[in-house]
Amino acid sequence: MATLDVTACSRWYGNVVAVNDVTMRIAPGITGLLGPNGAGKSTLISMLAGFLPPSAGTVTLDGAPIWKNQEVYRVLGLVPEREATFDYLTGRDFVVANAELHGLPDPGAAAQRAVETVAMTDAQGRKIGEYSKGMKQRIKMAAALVHDPAVLLLDEPFNGMDPRQRLHLITLLRSMGAAGRTVLFSSHILEEVEQLANHIEVLVAGRHAASGDYREIRRLMTNRPHQYTITSGDNRALAAALVADRSTSAVSLDGDTLRVEATEFLRFAELLPRVARDAGVRLYEITPADESLESVFSYLVQA
Amino acid sequence: MNRTIVRLAARAILGGKRVWLLGVLGVLLVGIGVGTRLLVPGSPSASLDALRTIAFGTFLPLFGLIVGTGVIGPEIDDGSIVHLLSKPVSRHTIVQSKLVVALLAIVGFAVLPMVLAAAIIGAGAQTALAFGVGGLCAGAVYCVLFLLLAVITRHAVIIGLVYALVWESLVGSVIPGARNVSVQQWALSVTGSIAPHGVVDAHVGLGLAWVLIVVVVALGTWYAGTRLRVLVLASED
Repeated sequence: MATLDVTACSRWYGNVVAVNDVTMRIAPGITGLLGPNGAGKSTLISMLAGFLPPSAGTVTLDGAPIWKNQEVYRVLGLVPEREATFDYLTGRDFVVANAELHGLPDPGAAAQRAVETVAMTDAQGRKIGEYSKGMKQRIKMAAALVHDPAVLLLDEPFNGMDPRQRLHLITLLRSMGAAGRTVLFSSHILEEVEQLANHIEVLVAGRHAASGDYREIRRLMTNRPHQYTITSGDNRALAAALVADRSTSAVSLDGDTLRVEATEFLRFAELLPRVARDAGVRLYEITPADESLESVFSYLVQA
Repeated sequence: MNRTIVRLAARAILGGKRVWLLGVLGVLLVGIGVGTRLLVPGSPSASLDALRTIAFGTFLPLFGLIVGTGVIGPEIDDGSIVHLLSKPVSRHTIVQSKLVVALLAIVGFAVLPMVLAAAIIGAGAQTALAFGVGGLCAGAVYCVLFLLLAVITRHAVIIGLVYALVWESLVGSVIPGARNVSVQQWALSVTGSIAPHGVVDAHVGLGLAWVLIVVVVALGTWYAGTRLRVLVLASED
């Protein structure tokens, strides 16, 4: 059992703040680090992996600082986002070398086991330079798993994977989480994180925006003001009927379109067609105005 | 020293196209010996002077640059060093293992061809040996310096090239005071002390040369390990 603690941690590059006063605890089980691109996820993972010192605050593994402490790698496995490995080695040689560097008593057997875990046995004799992106990801995974670490850090592990590889990785990570390991992976895709993580940490613009299980995050993300633009047969009559209900917080008429801000997503979804029918107004078009992930995230930061 | 790191570094240096470049440079060195032997008749001393100038002034700094940065620079650039660093292995061990490979490459591709060239010129065993020991000293210092440079900066090759070509070739031979801080002169001092009297002139005292060589190699190796320990590897967010 191993726990990562990030305490009042900030990291800046010159005037740019990449991680801003983040405090979080990553306990055994699967934690998803969710945030849009540029949110500071990789910076945080670099600090957790011991390749970047925090500008302020601390990052520890079971109480021991990670920066300048190569002993943490005995219990920590890292799957970096960058693809670069030793392309001139075969997959198997690469994993064996990793096992040797960990000082394992039987590097060959450990490598064999790790290669089997990621289902790369058939391709292990080929040079890594010839691998596809998904295969490289898997051989990096085998290298990270070869010493059976209690903590596994994965930076955007699903990037470039096809659906089958994705499913395989999800199964693998689930089994690791179930075995009591501390697994942290980053992603900018909510569905990916929701599918896999028991616990989600949301990072937006360097700040810790939300923390909780996926239901909580989902609720935070759906229970926010939703904006719609509507065109209908009679915008003014529809506006009058909509503003009477408490699920809307603002209604405005803008030329041919009607803008509505709804506070309660589900209630509004039921309300709109009913109100339109009762008022005898024909709906032509309903467009959500701000469904991009970035706007969802920026809402969370303001909350 | 770590056998796995030595093996990986050897494959990185000798497995790629770099080995051909090193091989060609090595053959060129031997070729200089053969060429001067055939083209410059009479006493071998003029030929030996030419070999000394080219080998110590240009080839050794260049070899040092290629293998010193080559054993670690590309891995830092493409980020694959993360696979070495995410291990419970002392950073000093990593540096020392890489240096062993760099030094062996220099011996194989520069020092031995130098000795061979000196022998072909007809310099005699003692002079050939002197070239070998001097070349080894220069090679070791260059490997350490350029590996350290590669750990410190991503622009190691450019800085190293300017150093090798401008400093060692020009400044060191033109400005007398600068000779004390010229690796080439240290190595020549060692070479001159082994070779028969008068064959190789040196401008730095033997004692000072040895002290500088040992101190730079030891301190440089230690400092490279220390810097590797705090190497920042962060992908752009």
